[in-house]
Amino acid sequence: MADSASSQNTLGVEPVVFQGVHAALPHDSALRHVTGSAIYVDDLPEPVGMLHVHLGMSTKAHARIVSMDLSAVRAAPGVVIVLSARDIPGENDVSPVIHDDKLFADGVVVCVGQSLFAVAATSIAAARAAAAKAVVVYEDLPAAITIAQARAADLTIEAAQRMARGDAAVALAASPRRLQGTLAIGGQDHFYLEGQVALATPGEGGDVHVWSSTQHPSEVQHLIAKVLAVPHTSVTVEVRRMGGGFGGKETQASLFAAAAALVAVKTGRAAKARPDRDEDMVMTGKRHDFECAYDVGFDDTGRLTGLALELASRCGSTTDLSMAINDRAMFHADNCYFLPAVEILSHRFRTHTVSNTAFRGFGGPQGMAAIERVMDVVAQATGLDPLLVRQRNLYGGEGRNLTPYHQTVEDNVAPQLLSELAASCDYEARQRAIDAFNATSPVLKKGLALTPVKFGISFTTTHLNQAGALIHLYADGSILLNHGGTEMGQGLFVKVAQIVAEAFKVDMARIKLTSTVTDKVPNTSATAASSGADLNGMAALNAANTLKARLVEFAARKWGCAEADVAFTPQGLRAGAELVPFDVLCRQAHLGRVSLSATGYYATPKIHYDRATHTGRPFYYFAYGAACSEVLIDTLTGEMKVTRADILHDAGRSLNPAIDLGQIEGGFVQGMGWLTTEELVFSSDGRLLTHAPSTYKIPTCGDRPAVLNLALWDAGRNVEETVHRSKAVGEPPLMLALSVLSAVSRAVASVADHKVFPDLDAPATPERILMAVEDVKKRAGEC
Amino acid sequence: MGPKPHEAVRFLLNGEVVEARGVDPTRTLLEHLRGDLRRTGTKEGCAEGDCGSCTVLVGELDGQGGTAWRAVNSCIQFVPMLDGKAVITVEGVAGAAPHPVQAAMVEHHGSQCGFCTPGIVMSLYGRAVAAKGTDAPINEVLAGNLCRCTGYGPIIAAAEAIPAEAAPEVADQLVGLRREVMLDLEHADAIAGMTRRWFTPQSLAELAQTYAARPDAVIVAGATDIGLWVTKLRKPLETLIDIGQVAELKAMTRQDGWLRIGAGVRYVDALETLGALYPDLGEMMRRLGSTQVRNSGTIGGNIANGSPIGDMPPALIALGTRLVLRRGETQRTLPLEDFFIAYGKQDRAPGEFVEAVLVPLELGGAMFKVFKLSKRFDQDISAVCGAFNIQVKDEVVTSARIAFGGMAATPKRAAACEAALVGQIWNPTTVNAAVAALAGDFTPLTDARASAAYRALAAGNMLRKAYIESARPDLATRVPEAAAHG
Repeated sequence: MADSASSQNTLGVEPVVFQGVHAALPHDSALRHVTGSAIYVDDLPEPVGMLHVHLGMSTKAHARIVSMDLSAVRAAPGVVIVLSARDIPGENDVSPVIHDDKLFADGVVVCVGQSLFAVAATSIAAARAAAAKAVVVYEDLPAAITIAQARAADLTIEAAQRMARGDAAVALAASPRRLQGTLAIGGQDHFYLEGQVALATPGEGGDVHVWSSTQHPSEVQHLIAKVLAVPHTSVTVEVRRMGGGFGGKETQASLFAAAAALVAVKTGRAAKARPDRDEDMVMTGKRHDFECAYDVGFDDTGRLTGLALELASRCGSTTDLSMAINDRAMFHADNCYFLPAVEILSHRFRTHTVSNTAFRGFGGPQGMAAIERVMDVVAQATGLDPLLVRQRNLYGGEGRNLTPYHQTVEDNVAPQLLSELAASCDYEARQRAIDAFNATSPVLKKGLALTPVKFGISFTTTHLNQAGALIHLYADGSILLNHGGTEMGQGLFVKVAQIVAEAFKVDMARIKLTSTVTDKVPNTSATAASSGADLNGMAALNAANTLKARLVEFAARKWGCAEADVAFTPQGLRAGAELVPFDVLCRQAHLGRVSLSATGYYATPKIHYDRATHTGRPFYYFAYGAACSEVLIDTLTGEMKVTRADILHDAGRSLNPAIDLGQIEGGFVQGMGWLTTEELVFSSDGRLLTHAPSTYKIPTCGDRPAVLNLALWDAGRNVEETVHRSKAVGEPPLMLALSVLSAVSRAVASVADHKVFPDLDAPATPERILMAVEDVKKRAGEC
Repeated sequence: MGPKPHEAVRFLLNGEVVEARGVDPTRTLLEHLRGDLRRTGTKEGCAEGDCGSCTVLVGELDGQGGTAWRAVNSCIQFVPMLDGKAVITVEGVAGAAPHPVQAAMVEHHGSQCGFCTPGIVMSLYGRAVAAKGTDAPINEVLAGNLCRCTGYGPIIAAAEAIPAEAAPEVADQLVGLRREVMLDLEHADAIAGMTRRWFTPQSLAELAQTYAARPDAVIVAGATDIGLWVTKLRKPLETLIDIGQVAELKAMTRQDGWLRIGAGVRYVDALETLGALYPDLGEMMRRLGSTQVRNSGTIGGNIANGSPIGDMPPALIALGTRLVLRRGETQRTLPLEDFFIAYGKQDRAPGEFVEAVLVPLELGGAMFKVFKLSKRFDQDISAVCGAFNIQVKDEVVTSARIAFGGMAATPKRAAACEAALVGQIWNPTTVNAAVAALAGDFTPLTDARASAAYRALAAGNMLRKAYIESARPDLATRVPEAAAHG
């Protein structure tokens, strides 16, 4: 009943009861989603004369462009303009950090799919057909496609980074036991259902307005301005919603937006750039694939004594966000575990493949995968239960709270989460039942694993941790809410609206959520790093508090009471004996000449970081969770099913439990996909072979575990002063899926009675599982 | 003067007759909906029928005075294929208030980014009105609808809360759209520099005649493959002949020990019958494509396109299926395996088309097993598909027909493996010898789906599994079913 009452709020029906923060309200656009009336960029009415932009692409991984003859492209039917590097009025740069992503290749191509030129035509079919007529002569240059090739050629985007505490080498030498091993982890395509898209409309005096499906409208704005050589004020970038982002629209939207904007400004006509699914997958960056090598020291109780970890990633052809992503991999190579002496060495390899980019977790999942593998290996070597090994290594206790980057863990709830989940999912009894099943089942085998997550919350680039918001109260009592965060399905808009509704004690129906646009709130950070609600929610709250202070001062004056006797209630503003409905209050305040528009700003406190030494407090706080997964494998084919998962997650005091549970389940299943069926395959000459859903397999409905028990941790409460003591929830749940990889490893190991540990890399496809089964049998036979 | 009636496509859109004149016959329904008709609720996620964001319901006369509805991917339906049919899009589901499907999706938080949502709403709406292929577990109904946000749980919860209702009845309107003369479209494609022709013959004779006159034409059945020639390969097709209105090709009959399946029979209409005859074949078909793909694709098409990775051919070859080909008035029949000559080459003369397949109604007590192996269980193309028709009498293998897909350039029988079995005692030694013999039958390739080594190992293990299942019927040996049954 609570749900149906709450859903009425957003349907424009009179609300039954006031609901603000902590209520399980539906997504603000839910009704529009289900009726098909939610508008995405490609759904907007197309302006008369709009051109369709297609980007000509490199077919070579690394080559010098000897010549590029576009005369046939220009002459093709329907073509209006063809633009390449020489036509750019400003800088040929669409990169976020280091100026190495070009709008159009200039002289050299560095990956297959790199943009060479733009052709704008009266239809997308005409533009595509025209682009195929380009005559590009290349002279091949040596190409590094894999991490191994880049390592051999010593190609990097920056020097290897080292994070250390204590002396790992000495500790390892002194360790009672010691093991080495490797883990390779595949990349992941975002597979947002709505692909990249931008629609640019020219204005007067060289101005341009761009609808972009992006998580980072400000950066898209700044890069377009740079390309066009105009001030930021000439470019307006707007996004109402994305059909999914997951990090893939943080930096990757700029290329398409800039191409559309350039065409619009050059032709005076509107221009749309929308790659199809295959083009999108070929041209845009993905999650970094990693190769990890560990050297771990431990004792017979399973406690780690020393760890030397080497992480190597494929960054692709340009820098993009790879420095911060690889830093985050290092930050999460401890996960929930105290590492007494540790050295983490991180290699960032440059390859001639599409430049890898942000993806939910931002390197964290790969670092965490490495340490979880170490836990499994130590458990196998000691013969102890893997959960027991994990629990023995958790942060906590005297002198066991310092991370490898010298931040003290002050909010550790992992021990409670693990023991509560182990009890609620009946971990021990099920492990025994599984051992019994495996003993009598020659073909099918089961595995069970329970793993924790600790994820650092804040951009590790400190200055990004700021946000702005804008609230207008109109004289009729309606509230326009705007902030720098973007909506990609994660429910940011409804959460921030709940915060504002709570502040004014008004119905959600009163609040109008508006598209994120660079001329309302400037200089915003990307909606990324799980920070959307933390930052924008607090900025909106500050804006609301500014307005509330003005209204309280006005009401005390108007209705003759002390400010202390003014209060916002669901029935209206109480001012002494008066009860003033909100719309009357706004009307009266306007007549009383009170400013009813305010901005709000927020910057995260306490954080600092020294990248030179990799020490400091990069994170305001940590988000925690734990998951237990059970899998079934077929030892003849390698097929695998996750049959059950139990999840306990700490979202602090959840701003919206329904939205948070949605993030947790969605993140878990997306993480499952990364670790099981989603496999990116490149040819030896650098072409992506898996560039459509026919070959790239994200989870379907049937891949979701038939039994999936989800719970928010009741005791969750952020120890830091976040908005309503909530915790960020966008990225952390993805890493709950590491329990699946551990469970599969355990099922594989059971074919040889856990005598050897399977070197199972990710994604654990049927092929990798079957080959690991064969390998385990062979190695067990030898020992 | 406008075009003649047979030169315009007419269909019902959300209850209203719409007419498409001068439309490119290879324009997809999705492009048409989003473009000319401005129904933008239906989304393009992949333009290849793999994600389901573009799902709409299509209704046609069921032959018994009513309307038969099915969910299809509008991104790979050509506009002329809708001629005389009814289309319901997400905009046509709600009345004054949200439809119960929509209300349930809101209440159970079934949408996040919302982009896949219209397609999911249409699949669930199809299920509520008992559209074709929806009398199945929810995971199966939704296997063709990818969602990247929710993890599916809230959508499943919504699905479980939706009450069944009567399907919209539009038979009267459809009868009014029926045409007497063959649909005959002509369109000048300025970009490709050609004049495109489209024909929709109304009878087998008309088809035979039209095709004989234009042997270079491409025959379109469900367009689940040919749709991609246009949306992905961007192949400019000059002449297309749609067999969708040929009633004779839609018949399924039993005669002389054979099940005769017309080339125009969609998977969805054959699944129950074939699954009842051969349960493993039914299981494989349930995982072939998705509800939307099975609602469009035909068994004849899966054979005629000669794909090395089609899942039906290996199973049908192992069963001993025969293929009926027709050219003009001439008919011939051949064993299905003989149809596949080499990659991209079939035993089909110009103007000759697949008319029917003949599937044996029983195998004389032989075991029949099909194993489909893919990266993902549902809606994925096989890395290897193996089918085993093995007769064991008094512990001796008396006959074996074994065929594989994904192991060679065509679907192919495993002759050496069969020879190693026949006449031998059905035991592990024989099975190991037959597995070893597979190396003489196949030299599989490495591609994005699997490595050669995995294909070879898994193919052998399929035979091992067939043996284990016959020797130890008490054992759980299959992951999907074991997982489903708990």
